[in-house]
Amino acid sequence: MGGHSDETLTLTLNIWRQSGPDTAGEFETHSREASPAMSFLEMLDVVNENLQREGREPFAFDHDCREGICGMCSLVINGKPHGPESETTTCQLHMRSFNDGDVIWIEPFRAKAFPVLRDLIIDRSPLDRIIQAGGYVSVNTGAPQDANALPIPKQNADLAMDAAACIGCGACVAACPNAAAMLFTAAKVSQLALLPQGAPERESRALGMVEQMEAEGFGHCTNHYECMAACPKGISTDNIARMNREYLRASILSR
Amino acid sequence: MNAPPTLDSKVPSGILSDAWTNHKFALPLINPANRRKFKIAVVGTGLAGASAAATLAEMGYEVQSFCIQDSPRRAHSIAAQGGINAAKNYKGDGDSVHRLFYDTVKGGDYRAREHNVHRLAEVSVNIIDQCVAQGVPFAREYGGLLDNRSFGGAQVSRTFYARGQTGQQLLLGAYSALMRQVSAGRVEVRTRCEMVDVVTLDGIARGIITRDLETGAFERHSADAVLLCTGGYSNAFYLSTNAKTCNVTAAWRAHKRGAFFANPCYTQIHPTCIPVSGEYQSKLTLMSESLRNDGRVWVPKTKGDQRPPALIPENERDYYLERRYPSFGNLVPRDVASRNAKAVCDEGRGVGSTGLSVYLDFADAISRDGRATIESRYGNLFQMYERITGEDPYAQPMRIFPAVHYTMGGLWVDYNLESTLPGLFVLGEANFSDHGSNRLGASALMQGLADGYYVVPATVTAHLAGRKLERIDTSHEAFAEAESASRARFDKLLNINGSRTVDQMHRALGQLNWDHCGMARTKEGLEQALKQVVQLREEFWNDVRVLGDGRSLNQALEHAGRVADFMEFSELMMKDALTREESCGGHFREEYQTAEGEAKRDDADFCHVAAWEYRGRDQQHQRHTEALSFENVQLTTRSYK
Repeated sequence: MGGHSDETLTLTLNIWRQSGPDTAGEFETHSREASPAMSFLEMLDVVNENLQREGREPFAFDHDCREGICGMCSLVINGKPHGPESETTTCQLHMRSFNDGDVIWIEPFRAKAFPVLRDLIIDRSPLDRIIQAGGYVSVNTGAPQDANALPIPKQNADLAMDAAACIGCGACVAACPNAAAMLFTAAKVSQLALLPQGAPERESRALGMVEQMEAEGFGHCTNHYECMAACPKGISTDNIARMNREYLRASILSR
Repeated sequence: MNAPPTLDSKVPSGILSDAWTNHKFALPLINPANRRKFKIAVVGTGLAGASAAATLAEMGYEVQSFCIQDSPRRAHSIAAQGGINAAKNYKGDGDSVHRLFYDTVKGGDYRAREHNVHRLAEVSVNIIDQCVAQGVPFAREYGGLLDNRSFGGAQVSRTFYARGQTGQQLLLGAYSALMRQVSAGRVEVRTRCEMVDVVTLDGIARGIITRDLETGAFERHSADAVLLCTGGYSNAFYLSTNAKTCNVTAAWRAHKRGAFFANPCYTQIHPTCIPVSGEYQSKLTLMSESLRNDGRVWVPKTKGDQRPPALIPENERDYYLERRYPSFGNLVPRDVASRNAKAVCDEGRGVGSTGLSVYLDFADAISRDGRATIESRYGNLFQMYERITGEDPYAQPMRIFPAVHYTMGGLWVDYNLESTLPGLFVLGEANFSDHGSNRLGASALMQGLADGYYVVPATVTAHLAGRKLERIDTSHEAFAEAESASRARFDKLLNINGSRTVDQMHRALGQLNWDHCGMARTKEGLEQALKQVVQLREEFWNDVRVLGDGRSLNQALEHAGRVADFMEFSELMMKDALTREESCGGHFREEYQTAEGEAKRDDADFCHVAAWEYRGRDQQHQRHTEALSFENVQLTTRSYK
């Protein structure tokens, strides 16, 4: 961990620059000072402010809520999606996690299914299409039964919530040597498999979402568990095991 | 020029509790087979937008949905932590639709429309049923039934929650319903796509102009109804708890096309945010006010007491909320809690290196209930606090300070949620309708979903079936005019080539708003700020520097467009604050307070909605009023003593 808050860090930043999806990119090196109390993205804001004052274009990077919940921020920092701290999104990462003199490599999430749009921004629309393939309960807005007419054991509700905490950032894909989207897909399959509301569409959901995942060009799971290590919400690979059971069950039962 | 629209609230007559049912019966219906002939543009995919788009598509309308993020799941509703209110009375502690209605009207300091609020309380129970049916994993008790907590000063437990991520879970529920409709081919979702204008024809909203944020392309979209679900304008203050891209652009563009803007001075300053740490600060982080259920707020009794909190003995601490408000204590509503924090800091009793924070102390709760219990209630919030500040809130009190969080003002809408621009409906935080001058905790999620799941799907027929809507093609002159105006505006921004960055200008605007139109406002300060904001706007259009081009992804250009609108909007917000010569809810004018420093309403002169009409570039806004009448709740002075 870095030191206390009144010191300044001098950093060498290697940041990915790429003007568009069809052009080659390269690292651009900048030397900058940062305060340990800054967030990582505030450090990048300062880099961008300085660049613009010098008449140079800022780096494009995705971000929005800056409190770790919207899933918009990404970045691979020194080889790790969302950087060095566990269960921490890039926007929640603070410069106190770095030391004076550090060299920091900043690049986009890399996966065949996530093409770079510009600099550090990628296209994650495949994740939406996986949800479209069954990540829902087919219930129209209307007048469903009273919410308490369907008691759900607390343990299952809690496990469903653990899975539902996924923010859809795609770090699991970026961390996986095969660029698989298993953890993302499994989190949604699991949430609904653990709840009675999900039961009627259990088979079609597991089959549909897994097929879509493959169609999008994501790789297969070979049990490296890098996804779980990178997940900023601590989603467990138990969910992948559950999805595999759901898929197997659905394959046997499918008509 | 048509006659100026009047403020007909279209509130139904008759008994309040039957009004919504009767109104729905009186609304026209559209045959299911005919619905597909109507095209509806829904701008924004937060709780209001996603729920409306999904529901309208389920009903059979052709829906186009737009968001500026890379996925509809990322809208800022996702960041709401605490919960969603509903008058289920599962706890049997005396809650009812009428009590939720009453609390919301009172909490809003009697500046909301009774009928809208009652409808909100009525549909609150349906929302919970709907969300559970979708698989939203609300917190449950060991018996398997839903858990509730008391929240934000309510004296009953009516708040449903999903850990500290209620907004996320509700939004993912609405998003999944939307994705289902996309898969069914009934909704087209356009991501990274920003609405930059509304197209009107014969005084009716007939479509929108968007800018594709990836390619910079301007596009025309015709529609039979346009729904704005684009959130609030907290980022006019630069530092707020809103996500960085939250903006007023869609609402402001619609305003300039004829939609009145109501009560822009009603802004909510949330009391439990993490304080500013330095000048690079890019946003503020809110921590759920559920923390006030167990945390005790205090500052040292003595000015300038620099001792660490642990070394300040009990009798030298001022638990000022418990002292001043013995019956509500730390759970007073947001506006009261925020103003008191400002007051003790103004007295020089604030803590931390900046003196701009107060303690929120869990020591008593931890010794009473044990660390494990506190961890199970607030674990993720404590973790978030530690990540940002580097301080351990189990070992030392949190430091908190108020921050702009939500805006009660918004585009004026009638009971059908239709603005003064016919065919343009406004939902969720973007409208002004339900929270008066102060929103209660856990009510924003309720309103967003009420508007989207239940209200607009019923009321939109009044427009679709009630007006004769000619077929319109996007080659129409009205689209061409709107598109070229938008194009010219972005070209202009790119060609200024001045010396200051967009962020610099935005920060300057934010500071001006915070200093003079923030937690406390004065006539003098507002008059001064009004002059400064006009000047700042001029500087912006002469000195901003936006690099790059408009034909590819350009975040500085996107930001510039939004800041330009905040510059114009801020003037109106200040004007509204200046004109409202009373204190109510989130609007506190220092000239209007009681001897004890509490907000002093003026019901004789200001028991009305102020709705501002845009009258052209070089014209002053015209202020219209809609009188508020209270027939079911008696106007009283709010007291939390």
